[in-house]
Amino acid sequence: MTTTDAALAEMRDLIGEEQYHEVGEFPVERSYVWTSCASVENGNPLYWDDEVADALTNGPIAPPSMVSVWFRPHHWAPGRTVEALPLQVHFDLKAALDLPEAVMTDNTIEFHTPVRMGDVLRTHQVLRSVSDEKTTKLGTGRFWVIEVVYANQDGDLVAVESYTGFGYRRRKAEGS
Amino acid sequence: MSTSVKTQLLLDDITVGQALPDLSYKVTATTVVLGAMATRDWRPMHHDKDFAVERNGTQDIFLNTPNQAAWFERYLTEWTGPHGRLARVTFRMKGSVFPGDTMVLSGVVESVDVDHVGCGFVTVAVSLSVDGLVKTTCTARMALPRFADDNPWSRSRDQWRPSP
Repeated sequence: MTTTDAALAEMRDLIGEEQYHEVGEFPVERSYVWTSCASVENGNPLYWDDEVADALTNGPIAPPSMVSVWFRPHHWAPGRTVEALPLQVHFDLKAALDLPEAVMTDNTIEFHTPVRMGDVLRTHQVLRSVSDEKTTKLGTGRFWVIEVVYANQDGDLVAVESYTGFGYRRRKAEGS
Repeated sequence: MSTSVKTQLLLDDITVGQALPDLSYKVTATTVVLGAMATRDWRPMHHDKDFAVERNGTQDIFLNTPNQAAWFERYLTEWTGPHGRLARVTFRMKGSVFPGDTMVLSGVVESVDVDHVGCGFVTVAVSLSVDGLVKTTCTARMALPRFADDNPWSRSRDQWRPSP
Protein backbone atom coordinates (compact mmCIF):
# COMPACT_ATOMS: atom_id res chain seq x y z
CA MET A 1 0.00 0.00 0.00
CA THR A 2 1.43 3.43 -0.99
CA THR A 3 1.48 6.41 1.32
CA THR A 4 -1.37 7.93 -0.66
CA ASP A 5 -3.39 4.72 -0.47
CA ALA A 6 -2.89 4.66 3.29
CA ALA A 7 -3.89 8.31 3.62
CA LEU A 8 -6.96 7.70 1.48
CA ALA A 9 -7.98 4.74 3.63
CA GLU A 10 -7.45 6.83 6.75
CA MET A 11 -9.61 9.64 5.38
CA ARG A 12 -12.33 7.26 4.25
CA ASP A 13 -12.39 5.77 7.76
CA LEU A 14 -13.62 9.19 8.92
CA ILE A 15 -16.69 9.11 6.68
CA GLY A 16 -19.79 9.61 8.82
CA GLU A 17 -17.84 10.77 11.90
CA GLU A 18 -18.70 14.11 13.51
CA GLN A 19 -15.56 16.28 13.51
CA TYR A 20 -14.60 19.77 14.62
CA HIS A 21 -17.37 20.69 17.01
CA GLU A 22 -16.86 24.45 17.09
CA VAL A 23 -18.48 27.57 18.49
CA GLY A 24 -18.62 30.72 16.36
CA GLU A 25 -16.01 33.33 17.30
CA PHE A 26 -18.47 36.20 17.50
CA PRO A 27 -22.19 36.82 17.95
CA VAL A 28 -24.32 37.42 14.89
CA GLU A 29 -24.46 41.14 14.28
CA ARG A 30 -26.35 43.46 12.07
CA SER A 31 -23.53 45.40 10.46
CA TYR A 32 -22.36 42.18 8.84
CA VAL A 33 -25.88 41.59 7.58
CA TRP A 34 -25.86 45.00 5.96
CA THR A 35 -22.37 44.46 4.51
CA SER A 36 -23.56 41.21 2.98
CA CYS A 37 -26.74 42.75 1.60
CA ALA A 38 -24.68 45.61 0.17
CA SER A 39 -22.31 43.18 -1.54
CA VAL A 40 -25.16 41.81 -3.67
CA GLU A 41 -27.36 44.91 -3.61
CA ASN A 42 -30.06 43.05 -1.70
CA GLY A 43 -32.72 45.62 -0.81
CA ASN A 44 -35.11 43.20 0.90
CA PRO A 45 -36.85 45.39 3.53
CA LEU A 46 -36.76 42.47 5.95
CA TYR A 47 -33.10 43.32 6.53
CA TRP A 48 -33.27 47.12 6.32
CA ASP A 49 -36.65 48.13 7.81
CA ASP A 50 -37.27 47.37 11.50
CA GLU A 51 -41.04 47.59 11.11
CA VAL A 52 -40.99 44.89 8.43
CA ALA A 53 -38.66 42.74 10.54
CA ASP A 54 -40.88 43.18 13.61
CA ALA A 55 -43.98 42.28 11.62
CA LEU A 56 -42.65 39.26 9.75
CA THR A 57 -39.91 37.74 11.90
CA ASN A 58 -40.48 39.26 15.36
CA GLY A 59 -37.29 41.31 15.03
CA PRO A 60 -34.22 41.34 12.80
CA ILE A 61 -32.86 38.12 11.36
CA ALA A 62 -29.91 37.42 9.08
CA PRO A 63 -30.41 36.38 5.45
CA PRO A 64 -30.49 32.57 5.44
CA SER A 65 -27.73 32.33 2.83
CA MET A 66 -25.34 34.00 5.30
CA VAL A 67 -25.28 30.95 7.56
CA SER A 68 -21.68 29.99 6.83
CA VAL A 69 -20.51 33.53 7.62
CA TRP A 70 -21.12 32.97 11.32
CA PHE A 71 -18.67 30.10 11.69
CA ARG A 72 -15.77 31.46 9.66
CA PRO A 73 -12.87 32.29 12.00
CA HIS A 74 -11.08 35.61 12.21
CA HIS A 75 -8.07 35.80 9.92
CA TRP A 76 -6.01 36.55 13.02
CA ALA A 77 -6.65 36.54 16.75
CA PRO A 78 -4.43 37.18 19.79
CA GLY A 79 -2.34 34.15 20.64
CA ARG A 80 -3.13 32.35 17.42
CA THR A 81 0.03 31.06 15.75
CA VAL A 82 -1.56 29.01 12.98
CA GLU A 83 -4.21 30.36 10.64
CA ALA A 84 -7.61 29.03 11.63
CA LEU A 85 -9.46 27.71 8.61
CA PRO A 86 -13.16 27.25 8.03
CA LEU A 87 -14.24 23.83 6.81
CA GLN A 88 -11.15 22.22 8.30
CA VAL A 89 -12.07 18.78 6.93
CA HIS A 90 -11.57 20.18 3.42
CA PHE A 91 -8.05 21.29 4.27
CA ASP A 92 -7.31 18.02 6.07
CA LEU A 93 -8.18 16.16 2.87
CA LYS A 94 -5.98 18.40 0.74
CA ALA A 95 -3.04 17.83 3.08
CA ALA A 96 -3.55 14.10 3.59
CA LEU A 97 -4.04 13.34 -0.09
CA ASP A 98 -1.27 15.73 -1.19
CA LEU A 99 -3.59 17.75 -3.42
CA PRO A 100 -2.32 21.34 -3.26
CA GLU A 101 -5.22 23.09 -4.99
CA ALA A 102 -8.95 22.87 -4.49
CA VAL A 103 -12.20 24.45 -5.60
CA MET A 104 -15.80 24.00 -4.54
CA THR A 105 -18.16 22.69 -7.19
CA ASP A 106 -21.52 22.12 -5.47
CA ASN A 107 -23.28 23.63 -2.50
CA THR A 108 -26.60 22.70 -0.91
CA ILE A 109 -28.13 24.41 2.11
CA GLU A 110 -31.33 23.48 3.92
CA PHE A 111 -32.58 26.25 6.20
CA HIS A 112 -34.35 25.66 9.49
CA THR A 113 -34.55 28.10 12.45
CA PRO A 114 -33.72 31.68 11.37
CA VAL A 115 -30.49 33.23 12.66
CA ARG A 116 -31.05 36.20 14.98
CA MET A 117 -28.84 39.03 16.17
CA GLY A 118 -26.79 37.90 19.16
CA ASP A 119 -26.90 34.21 18.25
CA VAL A 120 -23.64 32.30 18.54
CA LEU A 121 -23.73 29.31 16.25
CA ARG A 122 -22.39 25.84 16.98
CA THR A 123 -21.18 23.72 14.10
CA HIS A 124 -19.71 20.37 13.31
CA GLN A 125 -18.47 18.80 10.08
CA VAL A 126 -19.07 15.34 8.67
CA LEU A 127 -17.16 13.86 5.74
CA ARG A 128 -19.69 12.06 3.55
CA SER A 129 -17.58 10.73 0.65
CA VAL A 130 -14.22 10.77 -1.13
CA SER A 131 -14.25 9.81 -4.81
CA ASP A 132 -11.84 7.76 -6.81
CA GLU A 133 -9.30 9.72 -8.83
CA LYS A 134 -10.79 11.98 -11.52
CA THR A 135 -9.31 14.28 -14.16
CA THR A 136 -10.99 17.56 -15.06
CA LYS A 137 -9.84 20.63 -16.99
CA LEU A 138 -8.24 21.88 -13.77
CA GLY A 139 -6.15 18.80 -13.08
CA THR A 140 -6.24 15.36 -11.51
CA GLY A 141 -7.57 14.77 -8.03
CA ARG A 142 -10.59 13.70 -6.02
CA PHE A 143 -14.05 15.01 -5.23
CA TRP A 144 -15.29 14.95 -1.67
CA VAL A 145 -18.54 15.85 0.07
CA ILE A 146 -18.51 17.54 3.46
CA GLU A 147 -21.62 18.32 5.49
CA VAL A 148 -21.75 21.17 8.01
CA VAL A 149 -24.48 21.18 10.65
CA TYR A 150 -25.35 24.49 12.31
CA ALA A 151 -27.30 24.96 15.55
CA ASN A 152 -27.90 28.01 17.70
CA GLN A 153 -27.01 28.47 21.37
CA ASP A 154 -30.38 26.94 22.36
CA GLY A 155 -29.67 23.79 20.38
CA ASP A 156 -32.17 24.59 17.63
CA LEU A 157 -31.13 23.29 14.22
CA VAL A 158 -30.34 26.29 12.00
CA ALA A 159 -29.10 24.73 8.77
CA VAL A 160 -27.51 21.74 7.16
CA GLU A 161 -25.03 22.57 4.42
CA SER A 162 -23.25 20.27 2.02
CA TYR A 163 -20.16 21.20 0.02
CA THR A 164 -18.62 19.23 -2.83
CA GLY A 165 -14.94 20.06 -3.16
CA PHE A 166 -12.45 19.02 -5.82
CA GLY A 167 -8.87 18.75 -4.57
CA TYR A 168 -6.38 18.51 -7.41
CA ARG A 169 -2.87 18.76 -8.72
CA ARG A 170 -2.55 20.93 -11.80
CA ARG A 171 -1.47 19.34 -15.07
CA LYS A 172 2.27 19.63 -15.68
CA ALA A 173 1.66 21.04 -19.17
CA GLU A 174 0.25 24.12 -17.47
CA GLY A 175 3.57 24.77 -15.76
CA SER A 176 2.78 23.76 -12.23
CA MET B 1 -45.89 38.67 14.92
CA SER B 2 -48.38 40.54 12.84
CA THR B 3 -48.52 40.21 9.11
CA SER B 4 -49.40 43.82 8.33
CA VAL B 5 -46.69 44.01 5.70
CA LYS B 6 -48.31 43.85 2.28
CA THR B 7 -47.57 40.66 0.40
CA GLN B 8 -45.81 41.07 -2.94
CA LEU B 9 -46.56 37.63 -4.33
CA LEU B 10 -49.01 34.90 -3.36
CA LEU B 11 -48.68 31.23 -4.22
CA ASP B 12 -51.80 31.43 -6.38
CA ASP B 13 -50.13 34.13 -8.51
CA ILE B 14 -47.56 31.62 -9.72
CA THR B 15 -47.74 29.02 -12.44
CA VAL B 16 -45.35 26.29 -13.50
CA GLY B 17 -43.19 27.49 -16.38
CA GLN B 18 -43.46 31.12 -15.34
CA ALA B 19 -40.24 33.06 -15.95
CA LEU B 20 -38.75 35.38 -13.36
CA PRO B 21 -37.39 38.73 -14.55
CA ASP B 22 -33.70 38.50 -15.50
CA LEU B 23 -31.08 40.21 -13.39
CA SER B 24 -28.02 41.48 -15.24
CA TYR B 25 -24.97 42.66 -13.31
CA LYS B 26 -21.51 43.77 -14.38
CA VAL B 27 -18.98 42.05 -12.11
CA THR B 28 -15.89 44.01 -11.12
CA ALA B 29 -12.93 43.16 -8.91
CA THR B 30 -14.75 45.08 -6.18
CA THR B 31 -17.78 42.79 -6.59
CA VAL B 32 -15.58 39.73 -6.06
CA VAL B 33 -13.54 41.12 -3.16
CA LEU B 34 -16.52 42.72 -1.42
CA GLY B 35 -18.42 39.45 -1.74
CA ALA B 36 -15.52 37.47 -0.30
CA MET B 37 -15.02 39.86 2.62
CA ALA B 38 -18.76 40.06 3.31
CA THR B 39 -18.78 36.29 3.66
CA ARG B 40 -15.57 36.26 5.74
CA ASP B 41 -13.79 34.22 3.08
CA TRP B 42 -10.13 35.19 3.31
CA ARG B 43 -8.85 32.63 0.78
CA PRO B 44 -6.52 34.41 -1.66
CA MET B 45 -8.09 33.22 -4.90
CA HIS B 46 -10.93 35.64 -4.16
CA HIS B 47 -8.75 38.74 -3.76
CA ASP B 48 -5.25 38.00 -5.14
CA LYS B 49 -5.10 37.69 -8.93
CA ASP B 50 -1.54 36.31 -8.96
CA PHE B 51 -2.55 33.53 -6.59
CA ALA B 52 -5.68 32.72 -8.60
CA VAL B 53 -3.74 32.54 -11.86
CA GLU B 54 -0.61 30.80 -10.62
CA ARG B 55 -2.11 28.42 -8.08
CA ASN B 56 -5.69 27.82 -9.19
CA GLY B 57 -4.99 28.11 -12.90
CA THR B 58 -7.92 30.46 -13.42
CA GLN B 59 -7.78 33.67 -15.47
CA ASP B 60 -8.48 35.96 -12.52
CA ILE B 61 -10.00 36.11 -9.02
CA PHE B 62 -13.51 34.70 -8.99
CA LEU B 63 -16.80 34.86 -7.05
CA ASN B 64 -16.74 32.63 -3.98
CA THR B 65 -19.35 30.03 -3.08
CA PRO B 66 -21.27 31.76 -0.25
CA ASN B 67 -21.40 35.00 -2.20
CA GLN B 68 -23.04 33.15 -5.09
CA ALA B 69 -25.59 31.89 -2.57
CA ALA B 70 -26.20 35.50 -1.54
CA TRP B 71 -26.69 36.51 -5.16
CA PHE B 72 -29.27 33.74 -5.63
CA GLU B 73 -31.10 34.75 -2.46
CA ARG B 74 -31.17 38.41 -3.54
CA TYR B 75 -32.48 37.40 -6.98
CA LEU B 76 -35.26 35.24 -5.58
CA THR B 77 -36.45 37.54 -2.80
CA GLU B 78 -36.53 40.51 -5.15
CA TRP B 79 -39.20 38.52 -6.96
CA THR B 80 -41.09 37.22 -3.91
CA GLY B 81 -40.79 40.19 -1.58
CA PRO B 82 -39.98 39.90 2.13
CA HIS B 83 -42.55 37.17 2.82
CA GLY B 84 -40.58 34.74 0.64
CA ARG B 85 -38.65 32.34 2.87
CA LEU B 86 -35.76 30.39 1.42
CA ALA B 87 -36.07 26.75 2.40
CA ARG B 88 -33.43 24.96 0.39
CA VAL B 89 -30.93 25.95 -2.24
CA THR B 90 -28.60 23.71 -4.19
CA PHE B 91 -26.21 24.89 -6.87
CA ARG B 92 -23.46 23.57 -9.08
CA MET B 93 -20.65 25.82 -10.23
CA LYS B 94 -19.53 24.66 -13.68
CA GLY B 95 -17.34 27.65 -14.38
CA SER B 96 -16.05 30.66 -12.52
CA VAL B 97 -17.33 34.24 -12.64
CA PHE B 98 -14.57 36.81 -13.10
CA PRO B 99 -14.18 40.59 -13.03
CA GLY B 100 -15.31 41.97 -16.38
CA ASP B 101 -18.06 39.37 -16.75
CA THR B 102 -21.67 40.50 -17.04
CA MET B 103 -23.59 37.82 -15.23
CA VAL B 104 -27.24 37.24 -15.99
CA LEU B 105 -29.47 35.42 -13.53
CA SER B 106 -32.60 33.84 -15.01
CA GLY B 107 -35.26 31.72 -13.36
CA VAL B 108 -38.18 29.49 -14.28
CA VAL B 109 -40.77 28.07 -11.89
CA GLU B 110 -40.52 24.28 -11.89
CA SER B 111 -43.23 23.41 -9.38
CA VAL B 112 -45.85 24.88 -7.08
CA ASP B 113 -47.09 22.85 -4.15
CA VAL B 114 -48.56 22.90 -0.67
CA ASP B 115 -46.93 20.52 1.78
CA HIS B 116 -48.73 18.29 4.25
CA VAL B 117 -48.59 20.92 7.00
CA GLY B 118 -50.15 23.54 4.74
CA CYS B 119 -47.12 25.57 3.74
CA GLY B 120 -46.96 26.81 0.15
CA PHE B 121 -43.77 26.34 -1.82
CA VAL B 122 -42.35 27.09 -5.23
CA THR B 123 -39.32 25.44 -6.74
CA VAL B 124 -37.37 27.64 -9.12
CA ALA B 125 -34.59 26.64 -11.52
CA VAL B 126 -32.11 29.49 -11.69
CA SER B 127 -29.15 29.83 -13.99
CA LEU B 128 -26.23 32.23 -13.79
CA SER B 129 -24.82 32.84 -17.26
CA VAL B 130 -22.01 34.88 -18.77
CA ASP B 131 -22.08 35.58 -22.52
CA GLY B 132 -24.74 32.90 -22.88
CA LEU B 133 -22.66 30.24 -21.15
CA VAL B 134 -24.18 28.78 -18.01
CA LYS B 135 -21.68 29.11 -15.17
CA THR B 136 -23.87 28.00 -12.27
CA THR B 137 -27.14 26.11 -12.11
CA CYS B 138 -29.29 26.42 -9.03
CA THR B 139 -32.50 24.93 -7.73
CA ALA B 140 -34.22 26.82 -4.94
CA ARG B 141 -37.25 25.90 -2.87
CA MET B 142 -39.02 28.89 -1.36
CA ALA B 143 -42.03 29.21 0.88
CA LEU B 144 -44.60 31.81 -0.11
CA PRO B 145 -47.82 33.02 1.51
CA ARG B 146 -50.97 31.30 0.32
CA PHE B 147 -53.26 34.18 1.29
CA ALA B 148 -52.96 37.80 2.42
CA ASP B 149 -52.28 37.22 6.13
CA ASP B 150 -50.24 34.03 5.72
CA ASN B 151 -46.61 34.34 6.82
CA PRO B 152 -44.16 31.49 6.14
CA TRP B 153 -41.70 33.02 8.62
CA SER B 154 -44.11 32.26 11.48
CA ARG B 155 -43.57 28.53 10.96
CA SER B 156 -41.17 26.59 13.16
CA ARG B 157 -40.32 23.07 14.27
CA ASP B 158 -42.77 20.51 12.85
CA GLN B 159 -44.66 23.20 10.92
CA TRP B 160 -41.55 24.02 8.84
CA ARG B 161 -40.30 21.36 6.41
CA PRO B 162 -37.66 22.91 4.18
CA SER B 163 -37.19 19.78 2.06
CA PRO B 164 -40.10 18.14 0.23
